[in-house]
Amino acid sequence: MNTKKPVRPQNVLTVKNLKVTFHTYAGDVKALDGVELSVKKGELLGLVGESGCGKSVTTLAIVGLLPANAEIVSGEVLLDGTNLLEMKKDDLRLIRLKDVAIIFQDPMTYLNPILSIGSQITEIIATDPELFIQKLIETRLNQIEAMQASPSGLDNESQAERERLRYASNGNRLGRKDLKRLTRLYAISILNSVRLPEPEKVFKMFPFELSGGMRQRAMIAMALVRRPKLILADEMTTALDVTVQAQTLQLLQQLKNTVDTSVLLITHDLAVVAEVCDRVAVMYAGNVVEVADVEELFKNPLHPYTQGLLASVPRIDVAVKDQTSIKGSVPDLIYPPSGCRFHPRCPRAFEKCPVAKPTLFEVSPGHHVSCFLYGE
Amino acid sequence: MESERPSEADRFGRRADLKYSFYLLRRNPIVLAGCVISVFSVLLALLSPLLVNPSSWHAQDLNLRLCWNNPMYNWHIANVFDCAGSVYPLGTDMYGRSLSNMIILAIPIDLEIALEVVVSAVVIGVIFGSIAAYVGGVIDEIILRITDDFLAVPGILLAIVMIVVMGRSLPVLTFAVLITWWPFYVRLMRSQVLSEKEKPYVERLRAMGAGATRILFKHVVPNSIYPVLVQATLDIGAVILTVSALTFIGLTPSSLLPELGNLSNQGIQYIFTAPWLILFPGLTILVISLGFNLLGDGIRDIFDPRLRR
Repeated sequence: MNTKKPVRPQNVLTVKNLKVTFHTYAGDVKALDGVELSVKKGELLGLVGESGCGKSVTTLAIVGLLPANAEIVSGEVLLDGTNLLEMKKDDLRLIRLKDVAIIFQDPMTYLNPILSIGSQITEIIATDPELFIQKLIETRLNQIEAMQASPSGLDNESQAERERLRYASNGNRLGRKDLKRLTRLYAISILNSVRLPEPEKVFKMFPFELSGGMRQRAMIAMALVRRPKLILADEMTTALDVTVQAQTLQLLQQLKNTVDTSVLLITHDLAVVAEVCDRVAVMYAGNVVEVADVEELFKNPLHPYTQGLLASVPRIDVAVKDQTSIKGSVPDLIYPPSGCRFHPRCPRAFEKCPVAKPTLFEVSPGHHVSCFLYGE
Repeated sequence: MESERPSEADRFGRRADLKYSFYLLRRNPIVLAGCVISVFSVLLALLSPLLVNPSSWHAQDLNLRLCWNNPMYNWHIANVFDCAGSVYPLGTDMYGRSLSNMIILAIPIDLEIALEVVVSAVVIGVIFGSIAAYVGGVIDEIILRITDDFLAVPGILLAIVMIVVMGRSLPVLTFAVLITWWPFYVRLMRSQVLSEKEKPYVERLRAMGAGATRILFKHVVPNSIYPVLVQATLDIGAVILTVSALTFIGLTPSSLLPELGNLSNQGIQYIFTAPWLILFPGLTILVISLGFNLLGDGIRDIFDPRLRR
């Protein structure tokens, strides 16, 4: 289905050789060991891997929100060509405000409990009204025109409002009351675009009055307000039940096209990946081990870890005792294995694996893998 | 068929909100009692200059000292002089002033001090407590060590020293109580913000590019302020008690001053001959403190949106 998409090769986000170490009491945890990742414009990239493989650390490193005991040892994070890791703190904050949005996994706790949904959204708009104002005025004027065309016509109040808006659209200041009304209308339209039922009511509701799915929609709405270049969705469906998961994912996929943004979807759920992603990156123990288009990856997994991962997806027609899993367990990242970090668990490891570290290279067009079985 | 729904303004408007507040208030009789007492005492304080001539506490009439024309209680035996012609609802004190008038004059003085102390303490506490917790590090250390210095000295002793050094006047009295009071609010606010700032929504705000000032004062402070507000209402009663205690031991600008503690202090000398002189000012202190305490208990249930809906 994804074939009719126009090909737009330039990357929104490029992560190069990102190494992050956490200094802890027990020792230095080498959480990321040279992550290579790129998100193309307008694409939905899935980032899969088991718990603790560094998916979330990668997102936090991208937006510069790693905890204080983390150290970025090396690497580059390029957002449209500018390196975020070299930015000043305050500039990076503006990037987070304008260009990169994060959707977190637990909608229950990631909303301020005592502010209404509406005020949490209008707050984002109010940070920089100049950015929105012309568009807001335009939308409202169109709305008033539509009212005029209707049989009931315009009342005096709307006529006066139209005059004020026209005056403001010529670069003059808009009154506070009008601005407030416009931001409110815009916030409601955003709530509407994430398919929240009765958005005017949701605008006034508090987070605890919404269900999990509605809250997650509200979070998506907040991420969309600034029309970011990149959305980082960190396990956004984990806390939702399956039916709501499907709805939210479809919504995200559709909005991605209407808002014209790219999404990095972080998940450990391969079903989710298969459902919505364009491309997939598989992570293991702080490395990206394989990147490919969704269909290619599921049809032709190359890295032994990816093969193991796909084989361990629970199947309804196989008894529990017969289900396969990858032998061994996730390595201790304070003392990571030498060479390829997967070699102690790899069924096809040979002499070279513990000695040298493989790099990502292209096996076939668009299919990258970091494994000595396929060359180098 | 769908039953008829009330309009949106009826369900979510400001008036509906207020109406619901009153409903919650009515449902909880103890809070209601506290509310009635507090509102009544504040009203009395506001109306006091209209009810009683504000300068009448200077006027002494020694012919009318210690009289009580109330046959219900055999207290008229205490009359030193015959004052049968004049009726005072609560009798007169040793300066011949009407005790009821003095209490009415005393309420605004005490409430004003209490409000000044509590409001200033809350403002100082919220600002410095939240900054200490949110910024942390050296700033936190400095603010905490300063509060420690003030907490190390017993509060009432500190206040006494302040008054002795700076002179006996009402502003000094207020300041002395405030000096002993603010560190508690800094501590309380700090502890609240410390736990609140680790909540996931703060992380989300940071990830969305909100600045520190916005996160702290728009999101974290409103979320952590309810315990402070509860403490503040409870403390209005406590400040009145402390001020009364200070004036009771004689730290008053003038022994004539109608202030509840001072009135009790003057009355204690006559506790066997004219017991009303200590009874009624004492009861007034009790009732007002109790009223604000009851109000403080319930104020959070009514205003915190997490608990009210």
